[in-house]
Amino acid sequence: MAVTFNRAVRTLQRSGTRDVGERFIQLILLVCAISSIFAIFLIIVFVFSQGVPFLAEAGSSFLTKSVWLPADSFAAGTWGVFPIILGSLIVTLGAVAIGAPLGIACAVFLAEIAPPAVRRVLVPSVSALAGVPSVVYGFFALLVIVPWIRGQFGGFGTSVLACWIILSVMILPTIISVSTDAVRAVPREYKEGSLAMGATRWQTIRSVLIPAASSGIMASVILGMGRAIGETMAVLLVAGNSVTIPSSIFAPVSTLTATIALEMGYATGAHQQALFAMGVVLFVFIMILTGLANLASRRRVTF
Amino acid sequence: MAAKRREMVPMGLLWGAGIATIVILIVILAYILAKGLPLISWHFLTTNPGVRGQTGAGIYSTIVATVAVTGVALLVAAPLSVGGAIYLNEYTRENLLRKVIRQAAEVLAGIPSIIIGLFGFLFFVIYLLPYTGGWSVLSAGLTLAFMVLPISLRISEEALKAVPGELREGSLGLGATKWQSITTVVLPTALPGIITGLILGMGRAIGETAAILLTAGGALGVIQSLRDPACPMTLYIYNILTEYNDTSAAYGTAAVLIIAILAITFITDWLMNRYTKKLQGL
Repeated sequence: MAVTFNRAVRTLQRSGTRDVGERFIQLILLVCAISSIFAIFLIIVFVFSQGVPFLAEAGSSFLTKSVWLPADSFAAGTWGVFPIILGSLIVTLGAVAIGAPLGIACAVFLAEIAPPAVRRVLVPSVSALAGVPSVVYGFFALLVIVPWIRGQFGGFGTSVLACWIILSVMILPTIISVSTDAVRAVPREYKEGSLAMGATRWQTIRSVLIPAASSGIMASVILGMGRAIGETMAVLLVAGNSVTIPSSIFAPVSTLTATIALEMGYATGAHQQALFAMGVVLFVFIMILTGLANLASRRRVTF
Repeated sequence: MAAKRREMVPMGLLWGAGIATIVILIVILAYILAKGLPLISWHFLTTNPGVRGQTGAGIYSTIVATVAVTGVALLVAAPLSVGGAIYLNEYTRENLLRKVIRQAAEVLAGIPSIIIGLFGFLFFVIYLLPYTGGWSVLSAGLTLAFMVLPISLRISEEALKAVPGELREGSLGLGATKWQSITTVVLPTALPGIITGLILGMGRAIGETAAILLTAGGALGVIQSLRDPACPMTLYIYNILTEYNDTSAAYGTAAVLIIAILAITFITDWLMNRYTKKLQGL
């Protein structure tokens, strides 16, 4: 405190009026601040510039047809990404169905029940889970989960189920951290009132805390969904990447992200544009999910 | 008492969820560290990868590539994010611009890395080819800057917001200009928080693969300049898994990555605790 004070005084003694300088600095800082907006603008302009003309030319058959033959030249019907979009949705919804209950329960535990000693381990564990690179998750899944599925259920092992398992783990940190904040944000009075009226701890959690935090919890699940649908490397390694509608959860599947990553390396011409068009589709999904998450977290719960 | 017993099941499940999360982390880390740590040696860290993942070689050039790519990303994203956070917190009130920028950062953080990779490929690799050299460290680093930016912007803003208003008022009251009080009072106070944001952004850059796959080129030689193609550690793991029969080098590389990520988690945790304590002391 004293040090910062002295430093301020010293700087003051050196200074004259620097109005022009101050203005200039403010301008530079403003440019920094709007760089995020500029970044999004750039991304949209470039990705859409390749994807949208292709979408316009291929029309609705791009989204509804099931034949994906990128090696062929541009011919109507060979650019059907329906199985790929469906694959993305199947993989995402399954991962959320597994990950959301676990993540929400963990968040309630973290916010309400965990003794300080457990919390001191759990909080950094969640950030470490968020920090593990997705290729490492994919690596683990490919060498542990995939052989396990192959041994238990037959087939190749690279499958819908493998994606569900690894993605459900990867979305945990998002769901846990956003849900924990939501539960913590419930006013103390609600909880105290419930306990004072003789409700037990679990009754309070179930009938007061979770309903009061429901909008934030919903937002966390939607954000987790966005994380799952956008995840690339882990899915790429364990999905099997065959462009067919999976017949069971042990069958291989392909997703928008994995197909883009897999085929960008050698795609040219119309094929490359088709991959950008898939990027546009993915982008639209993400924007819808982001909008829904915002709506959910804005909704007020009143008693 | 009956009520209490009925509660044991749901309360047990909540405990189970908390413990399960820790166990999942430990299982994944233990598996990779158990197989990877024995492979890490001075030789492994300082020798270049062999042809097609031959055993006995190292990962030197991939470490260099990761450091270079991350460095470029931070060099671009750090001033933008810290400057942006200063503007948002010190020069604006809660208004439309601030809301729009915060929303933009949130959207940017939510864009999947493969889409940012598509953009990076088109913009840096193809469009700016004469400047970036096509697939290169520079293209990959600049692409990653788009991912680091929103993370460190948000955390820097939080850190600045936590600085007590009295400090600014005291400084301004002594006649310091706005910029003077920011550089001499606000920034030094918020420094641990700002550094935390940058380190977390660094972690994101170190662990990123999908965007790198489309922009870095994947060449295994030691880079001579930023315009050379490169293969950072994450991409090397992917290439080993998909192209080579011998996957042992992938364990060693993954173990190095995990150690880096754990170090980042502990350092940021420690810094944030210190920051919170420091602010409480003011």
